[in-house]
Amino acid sequence: MKLAVVTAGLSVPSSTRLLADRLAAATVAAAASPVSVSVVELRDIALDVTKNLLTGFPSPALRAAIATVVDADALIVVTPVFTAGYSGLFKSFFDVLDADSVAGKPVLLAATGGTERHSLVLDYQLRPLFGYLKADPVATGVYAASSDWGSGEGALQRRIEKAGAELATLAAGRPAVAAEPDFVPFDQLLAGAGE
Amino acid sequence: MQFGIFTVGDVTADPTNGTTPTEHERIKAMVRIALKAEEVGLDVFATGEHHNPPFVPSSPTTMLGHIAAQTSKIVLSTSTTLITTNDPVKIAEDFAMLQHLADGRVDLMMGRGNTGPVYPWFGEDIRQGIPLAIEKYALLRRLWREDVVDWSGKFRTPLQGFTSTPRPLDDVPPFVWHGSIRSPEIAEQAAFYGDGFFANHIFWPTTHFQQLIAFYRQRFEHYGHGSADQAIVGLGGQAFIRPKSQDAWNEFRPYFDNAPVYGHGPSLEEFTDQTPLTVGSPQEVIEKTLTFREHFGDYQRQLFLMDHAGLPLKTVLEQLDLLGSEVIPVLRKELDSLRPAHVPDAPTHASLVAAASASASAGVSA
Repeated sequence: MKLAVVTAGLSVPSSTRLLADRLAAATVAAAASPVSVSVVELRDIALDVTKNLLTGFPSPALRAAIATVVDADALIVVTPVFTAGYSGLFKSFFDVLDADSVAGKPVLLAATGGTERHSLVLDYQLRPLFGYLKADPVATGVYAASSDWGSGEGALQRRIEKAGAELATLAAGRPAVAAEPDFVPFDQLLAGAGE
Repeated sequence: MQFGIFTVGDVTADPTNGTTPTEHERIKAMVRIALKAEEVGLDVFATGEHHNPPFVPSSPTTMLGHIAAQTSKIVLSTSTTLITTNDPVKIAEDFAMLQHLADGRVDLMMGRGNTGPVYPWFGEDIRQGIPLAIEKYALLRRLWREDVVDWSGKFRTPLQGFTSTPRPLDDVPPFVWHGSIRSPEIAEQAAFYGDGFFANHIFWPTTHFQQLIAFYRQRFEHYGHGSADQAIVGLGGQAFIRPKSQDAWNEFRPYFDNAPVYGHGPSLEEFTDQTPLTVGSPQEVIEKTLTFREHFGDYQRQLFLMDHAGLPLKTVLEQLDLLGSEVIPVLRKELDSLRPAHVPDAPTHASLVAAASASASAGVSA
């Protein structure tokens, strides 16, 4: 299974990346078959994303990142919460993808924030976004507030493991992503046109 | 091999002095540019079609008819004709009329258009872009090939006993190209009919267009029009030329940096590296253009975008002088010598008339 991890943290090191890595590890641990993990750090291609918004085409670096996502069998997406929502960079990356490029893909939704008060961002923003993209989000999303990283109760880790297991299970039941897109032969295109 | 220019027809402020041409000045400049194209030995002039400011060419056959009256050799074409939002009956009539006036020096390129509101302004739905292009073009072909047409479809009023007039010159319809930057459906359509496929790759990476053109070539062969390397391919290009490379870079940079389509984004260096845009000496333009053949195979038509982003008319005319005198003759010689004998030229009215009479005398229906 090919797993792509899209992470939109801006600082280095980033708690968003930390959460992304833990989610990837939990998915790998729960998967019955080998998993190859590719991480797309949006910070590294932030300028390329903006240039794509302006010109309509991706740079080589962004093209490679998009290919990683499109070719993946499953996705983990993690955004920091900025000003009551997903980050602009996170949204912009999905804005430059073709509309159908993640359709049907199992996806694990995750976010980080300074306080617990933004945790519903998973359900009021990320879930509708990936619903629009026709992706297939697993039931458990993972939100990590700063305080979770200092909690001794292990609730965050349990949630990470639960979500990773759900993603591994969902992806295992899917056929691998086809390498070549289909095309429609002309007689089918013409069917229904006027006579 | 045909070489030419295509224009978008934008009215854009010159970023170096803030002056903006009037619509009248821009329209007259487009005509002047077309006449210059013939004068410097180019083969094709193509105009875009737009229905919103800051673009002026809403009525391509009016403009091309005016140019036809003042030229004698250059082929007049479009880049593109909006097959989605125009009535195919009007396209059939307008371009047949133009074909007569221009004594056959006419072809056209179908496109779907990329301005969302144009669809509703003309009563169509952008989500039906592909079905519109398929149905309307199928009707257009019949209107040019059948004297009396009975037709009904989804996207226009039915026709009973309709004859599109005038009939095409010598009963040979204009050659049609299909332009697309991303849709395999359009490449498939071009291949099915044995029409030309024009890939305006000026904004997109080479790899994307290699796939699209390879697909068109393969399907052209599949539909029995010839081998894949005989498919009729056209490419876009973009250049700014000065005798000295550094002069070209210095002069073009403010136009690039402020251009409506790519300004304030990638650097000129990145853009020339990632797209067909060439800024430099005639030799540099020649070298870059020769790489197109390496990427896409032997092809039939090369169009350059030369008049945009607020470049003044005087500069554009100087560009055409350099293109015509120092770039095209070398490219023509190089590409013609590299092309195998079995790879055809782009069809012209004369070649289509010859092909039609050959197949008629052979007793084969066209």
